[in-house]
Amino acid sequence: MTAASDTLDPSPARAVPLKRQLRRAERRKNLLFMALILPLAVFVLASFVLPIGSLLQRSIANPEVHDNLPETLELLDDWSGEGLPDEAAFVALARELGAARGTPAIADIAKRLNREQPGLRSLVMRSARALPLAEGTPAQDGLIGIDERWRDPVIWETIKRAGSPTTGFYLLGAIDRTIADGGEIVKLPKEEAIYLDVLVRTFEMSVIVTVACLLLGFPLAYLMATLPVRHANTLMILVLLPFWTSVLVRVAAWIVILQNEGLVNKLLMWLGATDAPIRLLFNRTGVYIAMVHILLPFMVLPLYSVMKGISPVYMRAAVSLGCPPFSSFWKIYFPLTMPGIAAGSLLVFIVCMGFYITPALLGGPGDQMISYFIAFYTNQAVNWGMAAALSAVLLAATLVLYALYTRYLGGNAVNKIR
Amino acid sequence: MPTQALAGGHTAAAHENADVLVSFSHVQKTYDGDTLIVKDLNLDIRRGEFLTLLGPSGSGKTTCLMMLAGFETPTSGEIRLAGQVINKLPPYKRNIGMVFQNYALFPHMTVLENLRFPLAVRKHPAAEIDAKVKRALGMVQLGGFENRYPQQLSGGQQQRIALARALVFDPQLVLMDEPLGALDKQLREHMQLEIKHIHQSLGVTFVFVTHDQGEALTMSDRIAVFNHGVIQQIDTPATLYEHPANAFVANFIGENNALAGHVMATANDISTVSLGDGNVLAARTGDAGGPGSPVIVSIRPERVRLAKPDTPPHSRLAARVIEQIYLGDHIRLRMQVSGCENFTMKTPISKLDRCPNAGETVDIELSPEHLLALAPPPSA
Ligand SMILES: Nc1ncnc2c1ncn2[C@@H]1O[C@H](COP(=O)(O)OP(=O)(O)O)[C@@H](O)[C@H]1O
Ligand SMILES: [Mg+2]
Repeated sequence: MTAASDTLDPSPARAVPLKRQLRRAERRKNLLFMALILPLAVFVLASFVLPIGSLLQRSIANPEVHDNLPETLELLDDWSGEGLPDEAAFVALARELGAARGTPAIADIAKRLNREQPGLRSLVMRSARALPLAEGTPAQDGLIGIDERWRDPVIWETIKRAGSPTTGFYLLGAIDRTIADGGEIVKLPKEEAIYLDVLVRTFEMSVIVTVACLLLGFPLAYLMATLPVRHANTLMILVLLPFWTSVLVRVAAWIVILQNEGLVNKLLMWLGATDAPIRLLFNRTGVYIAMVHILLPFMVLPLYSVMKGISPVYMRAAVSLGCPPFSSFWKIYFPLTMPGIAAGSLLVFIVCMGFYITPALLGGPGDQMISYFIAFYTNQAVNWGMAAALSAVLLAATLVLYALYTRYLGGNAVNKIR
Repeated sequence: MPTQALAGGHTAAAHENADVLVSFSHVQKTYDGDTLIVKDLNLDIRRGEFLTLLGPSGSGKTTCLMMLAGFETPTSGEIRLAGQVINKLPPYKRNIGMVFQNYALFPHMTVLENLRFPLAVRKHPAAEIDAKVKRALGMVQLGGFENRYPQQLSGGQQQRIALARALVFDPQLVLMDEPLGALDKQLREHMQLEIKHIHQSLGVTFVFVTHDQGEALTMSDRIAVFNHGVIQQIDTPATLYEHPANAFVANFIGENNALAGHVMATANDISTVSLGDGNVLAARTGDAGGPGSPVIVSIRPERVRLAKPDTPPHSRLAARVIEQIYLGDHIRLRMQVSGCENFTMKTPISKLDRCPNAGETVDIELSPEHLLALAPPPSA
């Protein structure tokens, strides 16, 4: 007991300056907080920052030639570009192509060079097949013997260019630009230029879906916020229902409902609104319907939570000050819902921009959004560079949007309303 | 012109009375169809007065105010404003200023925008709006705060802006529902006086709702005491305190000692009451019944005195002091009197020759003019 009271007593001999004590206490608290958020920080780093970083890195990566023909490239560095490179370069190329023969590397090289100049695939594959050269043959004669095209300095120029460790090719491609032979950036020919259109389409569809969600979600959220809790909860369950089924199931359901012999068309025809079924599937209409359905909760929930916090007394105050009810709603209630509108719209819009499965299943070829092409390049074309570049463009567009949001609607503008 | 007897006794003549701004006649209100929240309310509010609706929480004060403001409609009866029946007039056409409990200042508007709002809605010319806003801000001494947002103001400042906003459009009537409830005690007392002074300088009619009897006594010209949706009494603060109409009012306003007994006889406005223990007291007849009916005799603690040798026997009771509480300027004695354990006597120290100690038994004097015989409340 005496020991306990001893330790509790601040003995003057041990007295530490108050400031140091405070700092020590604060430091302990900060360390504790840091320890608490450490798992989250690690998780975010591992699942978010690193993948996005590596993705962005892939959008400029150019490893095929650079990694597989290192010696050739080093020798080509000294080459003036006039006439053919010297024998050493031919020797190195013959050896490195020979080494790559029969491994996936040779296909990578061929594909990469073919992209620079169509036809080079066959040159590379044919040469590799004929390698190694017979003992004693000079490499230059041997290669030219396999294919006459090795005599063309442009081929070597192409190898040299394709050998740089990074390339803007994919990123430029994602905005319909490419590098011309001379090295300057030019527009892609019309029939190849599709991504800007896709990006604009993605924006346009996202805007339309967001506006539709707002127009449908605002009255719904308002109803829920004003209804007695019991009814509001029922409505809330209906709103959340889409969250409880998988996207695929919902899309399948929409196909059943919207097809030509589906519920909607039958109803319209029965009502006499139309004679022939209206095409609702595999076009924009179907995509919009399903996307709005899926995204409505993302709009309703923030709106509802903001509206729940707006005391009805503000409306009463406005009315008591002589403002008619509708005008009070518009001048007082509506501005107070602004944080909810902003948050809901941003959420819906950003989720929209990344939509893939719904347009892919319910839309036509002209209704695909940018994510469709990202998926196409990852799953089918296996062109990681292009997939990464399109993702980077999407990410940049999203970030710009978010920056605009915080600039004009976030920060001060919303804090003002608290 | 003689002023109308106000609780009950309502006649058609009242509607022509130029002194009356608002009159409720036979107003009833029920929300659920079962219980009447307001029962047969008859109330005249005079032009320019400060009327307070006082009553415990749930007694229907807010409901009355909301019916007057137009946010609730009476289930039956009539409400007139300046002679016109306003039962069906929507609230935004009533031109009644209102101060809400949590001020209800629009959070997305500055002080200036808040004050301009009622004037802009009425489409006043800009120069007039500016002049009125300036005057209203000056009135509540908050000139220079125009560009603040409500949440940048202290509670007391928000309260004043809310008051300025309710007054800026020159309404004929201002309603306030417990507007000081959210303020701390000191600020509340300050605001009570400030609101009272603004009322005096403007001459606008104020209807104020509170459950705090001290607040009501401080501010009001007249107080209407509510209980269970019925006005128990409506009078000036002094009359309410000195001559409560019934036991509820006596208990609700100020401190009160109550002793139970039976009426023995009534004559000349004096009832003779026999207490439970057989002691007999003389008291003014309040709303007590005739001989034989149960009664409560009530007296304020500050009217209780120590008996003098000449105190007549029907004003004298024996009291045992239980506790002596010293409060600096006065002293309180808690005593046991005629079976009541909580009988309190309150006296300035200067008036005491000798203070009885705890455990002592003394005689106290309860003079008939301060002792009131009242019918026991229905539930008791
Ligand atoms: N909108 C309403 N719906 C149903 N009951 C209500 C409503 N407003 C008030 N009440 C009921 O009416 C009674 C009186 O309420 P109120 O007028 O607010 O009393 P006070 O203001 O005196 O505290 C309370 O019992 C309350 O529950
Ligand atoms: Mg109330």
